[in-house]
Amino acid sequence: MGDLINIFFKSAFIENMVLSYFIGMCSFLAVSKSVKTAVGLGGAVIFVLALTVPINWLISVPILGADGIFKTDLTFLRFILFIATIAASVQLVEMAVEKYSPSLYNALGIFLPLITVNCAILGAALFMVAREYDFAEATVYGIGSGIGWAIAIIAMAAIREKIRYSNVPAPLRGLGIAFILTGLMGIAFMSLMGINPANYLN
Amino acid sequence: MAETTVSPATQTEKEEWFGKKERKLLVDPIDNDNPVTVQVLGVCSALAVTTMVEPALIMAISVTLVTGFSNLIISLMRKGIPKQIRMIVQLVVIAFLVTVVEQVLKAYNYEVWNKLSVFIGLSITNCIVMGRLEAYAMANKPWRSFLDGIGNGAGYGLILIIIAVIREITGKGALMGFKIIGPSADYLINTQTSALFGWYQPNGLMVLPASALFLVGILIWIQRSRNRKLVDVS
Repeated sequence: MGDLINIFFKSAFIENMVLSYFIGMCSFLAVSKSVKTAVGLGGAVIFVLALTVPINWLISVPILGADGIFKTDLTFLRFILFIATIAASVQLVEMAVEKYSPSLYNALGIFLPLITVNCAILGAALFMVAREYDFAEATVYGIGSGIGWAIAIIAMAAIREKIRYSNVPAPLRGLGIAFILTGLMGIAFMSLMGINPANYLN
Repeated sequence: MAETTVSPATQTEKEEWFGKKERKLLVDPIDNDNPVTVQVLGVCSALAVTTMVEPALIMAISVTLVTGFSNLIISLMRKGIPKQIRMIVQLVVIAFLVTVVEQVLKAYNYEVWNKLSVFIGLSITNCIVMGRLEAYAMANKPWRSFLDGIGNGAGYGLILIIIAVIREITGKGALMGFKIIGPSADYLINTQTSALFGWYQPNGLMVLPASALFLVGILIWIQRSRNRKLVDVS
């Protein structure tokens, strides 16, 4: 249990996807112009990550692994299968949400299909493989990194809403200042790096 | 996703093998229409690989190959792809090419593969590849799409390499692993004995991921002060 809490805090804060690996930057920069849309996309990303990381674990270890059902190492197929899983689950989620909760569908509407090409989703699946998590750890990792991504994009949107009132040099306005802000946020999050959550659990 | 201007006139003109339009396709994305600093595509996997020049170079080459050939393949298939499932078809083509690149790298340079495998995998969702497929390859002839892909890959690679060179020299005092400046006899310029370069200290900040973002911000600043047309008015 302690391990799982550790992984959760690590993935959400200490090794934040956006701020320490720069994964999922495209939509991070494109959709962080207002807090409201950032909350929508953040929620959708948490949901999709919590769903696809465990599914991808089930594909990569019991099916493609050397000790899996085919008894051969098929890991070279994982990119294609991972991205197909992600595309299919996003499509399924979109249809389910549209059917059962039209209000949520309208709120998330345009963001759901965008998530397929959000590097954070595939990135979490690939990191999960690289770090050799087991099923429970992979699930917690998916949820944790989704929450970390959502925190980062909401914070960024809040800063960008405020910075509209500052006098930024014209060539730096918009994209340029967004990059520099992300760098500063990354440095701020680095101060969490020395913390090992396991120390506080026992 | 910024659409580049593709004039419909190209369809009616006489086809040239490598004329002015073709050269423009190759050169434009390197500066005025750069995928990273102007179109904001493909920042995702770009920044984490730039602490040293060698992985940046390998990443640049593999992304250029993937954009070029995925543009070519999708452009050849563009009339047969139903609109509803085009995303999945594009992703499968990209994933196939990325797998090929990854396996070749694994076979020939295992060390770099070890470091880069996650990021090479991420070039599947690299927005440059998808973005160029949607914006260009779905509507243009194969040869031009191929050039457009190579041009955009090169523009992306150029930014990667500029950042990696700055970060490796200032952060580690080296270039491509060749030691240039530092406080011991291994280096070309030994700061302990040289009076001229005694002030030099490797800058630890440049090794941290955040510095890549500052550098991209500064590159955007320089580019937009040179070319006022690109300034964000909103």
